[in-house]
Amino acid sequence: MRYERPHSMEEAVGLLTGSTGTTAILAGGSDLLVRMKGGFTEPDLIVDIKSIDGLCDIRQTAEGFSIGAAVPCALLGENEALKREWPGVVEAANLIGSKQVQGRCTIVGNLCNASPAADSVPALVAAGARASIVGPAGRRTIAVEAVPTAPGKTSLAKGEIIDAILLDKRPARSADAYLRFIPRTEMDIAVVSAGVCLTIDASGTVTSARVALGAVAPTVILVEEAARILVGTKADAATLQKLEEACSAASRPIDDKRGTVAFRKQVAGVMARRAATIAYARAGDR
Amino acid sequence: MAGVAVSTTINGDDVEFLCQPDETLLDVLRDRLGLTGAKEGCGTGDCGACSIILDDRLVCSCLVLGAEAQGRRVETIEGMAQGDKLHPLQQKFLEHAALQCGICTPGFLIAAKDLLAKNPDPTEEEIRFGLAGNLCRCTGYDKIVRAVQDAASVMKGA
Repeated sequence: MRYERPHSMEEAVGLLTGSTGTTAILAGGSDLLVRMKGGFTEPDLIVDIKSIDGLCDIRQTAEGFSIGAAVPCALLGENEALKREWPGVVEAANLIGSKQVQGRCTIVGNLCNASPAADSVPALVAAGARASIVGPAGRRTIAVEAVPTAPGKTSLAKGEIIDAILLDKRPARSADAYLRFIPRTEMDIAVVSAGVCLTIDASGTVTSARVALGAVAPTVILVEEAARILVGTKADAATLQKLEEACSAASRPIDDKRGTVAFRKQVAGVMARRAATIAYARAGDR
Repeated sequence: MAGVAVSTTINGDDVEFLCQPDETLLDVLRDRLGLTGAKEGCGTGDCGACSIILDDRLVCSCLVLGAEAQGRRVETIEGMAQGDKLHPLQQKFLEHAALQCGICTPGFLIAAKDLLAKNPDPTEEEIRFGLAGNLCRCTGYDKIVRAVQDAASVMKGA
């Protein structure tokens, strides 16, 4: 095994492209090192991206926020501006693991690990976040929901690296929220989760919304029907009831040790309704 | 397999070592540098027994490669006492009998030190959440929480 610490994206892409064996990108390592320890992967080349300029920084620009691929989730929770603008994304990222894991884990790693139960991903999908990708053919930007394609699989081509997650500048009266169900108070894998991002007008009517569910399908899913139900309403009880039903209906979960199909479908609706209620209240406060 | 040459700082001292590219920082500390305070409980980041502070962040050293320590600052349990003078957290762990077998103790002390550095006056709930990444199978946690509360009040008065 070879360990490399490139100082530029070009160098990193070149290393990955030039390798004939198994390669792995290392940022926080909280998934990679566990998989190596368990014998699930044995990379010939590890490319540590933490020394690449800008990858450990959160930048606020006129367009919004750019979160570097190697930024530990703990840093998201310490960034007051990001917390104010994207509370749902930050609360989701901060739910991953313990304090120790928070000091290392990244949202890009969470996305690329491609677990259906990844905590930050439903929040990022709801937020309309985009992944900035650098590869042999140059740079491209795609919606985060286009990154995971199946459990453990992504749409990234050989040599491609996500260098940042991009979050747009918030319109007025807009907010997001994330909730997950686990059978204990923290440090567990989501049985079901939901992220909601919405914008309201001065009268309190929802003008746009995005609703995403985690752990109820092979990938995190965007429930467009739920968003359509919210838009044009004031998130009243009848609307939220319809939203809950739509989210339960959109769920295609599996039975496993964490929950049954029936339980997950029901709880998906409940989580989405509660997250929508929180996001709506937050939007009104802004 | 070629070794990786690493220059780092451990508990304020400049340290150089050679390690294998897939060797964890925990294994480097214990097996190459003789710093056996950090323990391997699970090896997968779940138990916190290998906790260290890396550039002011609490991490599990079993989830860090030795090679990643290049140019960074590492703090381990061995740097906690000043000579013969115990850190207030260490003293309070003794007074409250906040340990039995002791395997988890270095990790708890490092995690508690990091917690109090960021939040000098934590509530009981904040202590319990803050130390949730450290597992103890002996004490039932209560004595650990009391020891951290007591150490926090001593440290505030200092």
